[in-house]
Amino acid sequence: MSEFSILDPFQTMTIPLGDWVENTLNYLVHNFREFFRAIRWPIDQVLNGFEFILQSIPPSIGILLSSLLGWQVAGPRMGWLCAITLTLLGLIGVWSESMTTLALVLTSVFFCALIGVPLGILSARSDRLEKVVRPLLDAMQTLPAFVYLVPVVMLFGIGNVPGVLVTIVFAVPPLVRLTNLGIRQVPDDKIEAARAFGCTPWQMLKRVQLPLAAPTIMAGVNQTLMLSLSMVVIASMISVGGLGQMVLRGIGRLDMGLATVGGVGLVLLAIFLDRLTQAMGERTSGDPSLRWYHSGPVGLVLRLLGSRPASVKAEA
Amino acid sequence: MTQVDEILSVKNIFKVFGPQPEVAMDMLRNGADKNEIFQKTGQVVGVFDASFSVKRGEIFVIMGLSGSGKSTMVRLFNRLIEPTSGSIHLNGREITGLSDKELTNVRRKEMGMVFQSFALMPHMSVLDNAAFGLEISGVSEQERRTRALEALSQVGLAGHENSYPHQLSGGMQQRVGLARALANDPTILLMDEAFSALDPLIRSEMQGELIRLQAEQQRTIIFISHDIEEAIRIGHRIAIMEGGRVVQIGTPQELLCNPANDYVEAFFKGFDSSRVLKAGDVAQLDPETVCRVNGHAPSFKAGVPYGYLVNELDHLLAVVDAGDLRGGAEPQQIEQLKLDQHPPVYIDTPLHDVLDIVAALPYPVPVLDHGGAFKGTISKSLLLQTMSRH
Repeated sequence: MSEFSILDPFQTMTIPLGDWVENTLNYLVHNFREFFRAIRWPIDQVLNGFEFILQSIPPSIGILLSSLLGWQVAGPRMGWLCAITLTLLGLIGVWSESMTTLALVLTSVFFCALIGVPLGILSARSDRLEKVVRPLLDAMQTLPAFVYLVPVVMLFGIGNVPGVLVTIVFAVPPLVRLTNLGIRQVPDDKIEAARAFGCTPWQMLKRVQLPLAAPTIMAGVNQTLMLSLSMVVIASMISVGGLGQMVLRGIGRLDMGLATVGGVGLVLLAIFLDRLTQAMGERTSGDPSLRWYHSGPVGLVLRLLGSRPASVKAEA
Repeated sequence: MTQVDEILSVKNIFKVFGPQPEVAMDMLRNGADKNEIFQKTGQVVGVFDASFSVKRGEIFVIMGLSGSGKSTMVRLFNRLIEPTSGSIHLNGREITGLSDKELTNVRRKEMGMVFQSFALMPHMSVLDNAAFGLEISGVSEQERRTRALEALSQVGLAGHENSYPHQLSGGMQQRVGLARALANDPTILLMDEAFSALDPLIRSEMQGELIRLQAEQQRTIIFISHDIEEAIRIGHRIAIMEGGRVVQIGTPQELLCNPANDYVEAFFKGFDSSRVLKAGDVAQLDPETVCRVNGHAPSFKAGVPYGYLVNELDHLLAVVDAGDLRGGAEPQQIEQLKLDQHPPVYIDTPLHDVLDIVAALPYPVPVLDHGGAFKGTISKSLLLQTMSRH
């Protein structure tokens, strides 16, 4: 051991952060493995559900349904965009992998919304909580994913479920931030009016804050989706399937063709999801007097039925 | 004035904005003023020792310039802002001591509020906006639809229930705001500069609507305004606030005739006082010009141009040219000498309506009370003096 020196105190004064983390992790792995395994269960159920549905829909039906959805949400152009991107996915031969990736992304977004929206609401209500949550979110977004891949593998094992977990860690911050922002940005006069008419905090949230914050929250969902997609590739290092796996294998074998196909697949999926969620966000901020069922294929069907209003009323 | 007629009473209310209101309250008790407190503690005194009461069924206007504490004051009534000390009673019930739950109930049932910025919910239709308070109170959908539609038709918006706020003009939006407050059928209606954001024509129209609604429903309304014209037009009584204090409370006439200080007087600068003042406020009685007729011939001192002849009950018999009587006149001649052929002016005739009469007649116009008794006269010079003073 060298002597303590005031000029370079860090020769002797160090915090053994690495050792601590390692010890803690070993302790957790030895004593709480079962607990962490239990966390896998709900994620597993949701993921399997999504994957089962997406994989069992035949591609042509899937394309048709998504096109109709796109049309409904944002008009016929959106419908065409959905049809084209998904058809291209099929044409380059990555349909099944895309659906696996889509299931992963949807599961992660599902849990992100489950965690992120309430956390965002709570931090909008309490400045103190926001002060605590903020650095945590910074850490989640900036800490290189490789750093927590290893502990996640040690605690949760490998496969799709731990993959979804690391994706959630990486993708949840924007949703928390934007939910928080959206609720804080609700104009004071609306809040005051709601209070003056005797709103309870819960009524305030449900009838005033969430509807007015919806466009911002939707922007958060969109960001979460995009981040989930980009994380799926990194997560493939812990044996997560889908398009990310293709990219990783392609790089490992220097098979540029395979890697490119996987990469292009991800881009197409990203375009599809991004435009669709953006359109949903614009809807919520658009003209509220236009009901969703007044336009698109549903509107068309309703109009066709509307030519015989008497019979519709009789059925009702 | 009995207790029953007071719907809202405010006693020694203070509001200090800042982290340590107790410190400021101690200083206030020791006689410190608003500026001193701000300089020493950085805290702002919003309302300073306000006490007054509002009568059932009146429009009570709280007036002041911006920063005078009037908007703070109205928010103390429904505790959107918590008072630092003092008490507020609504219908004999102390608002200041209510639990959160009771307060929520009072806000739902007893008070409706209309805002300067309208504060409508952009994601709800006009009908849903009008029914907002009812929905919050848990009224059934059927009933709230009926009541909201009724409130909308009261404010003249029938047929617009399926529109959305952004499709309406400012005036119509504020009508929705008013309907939202009326749908709850509140005991007391709080209006915070409700018409200040509207353009002058629409504002005047809305004031008219409010006066009509109030006359129909006899609702108690507390109206915040910075506009003296508006305050005088709609207010039965006006409280004037300056720097957090209530400096004077009274009817428009009382404020105009006896302003408590320069601040109150300044409000009336440039205001057309003939719309508030009554003939009785201006008329003066000059004994030299009045002669009681009891059998003998009336006569006036030299230099008195016109004379007013009254009987034993002070009823005005005739206005005469004093010169015509110099030679002595028999009582029966008086009828021929009588000058007054104009409609009678009573003490409560608005001064505004007297202007033309005073201008047209050569003699000072006599003013009567409703019993017919002669109360005094208004001459051209007196009228001009009055108008220029206010």
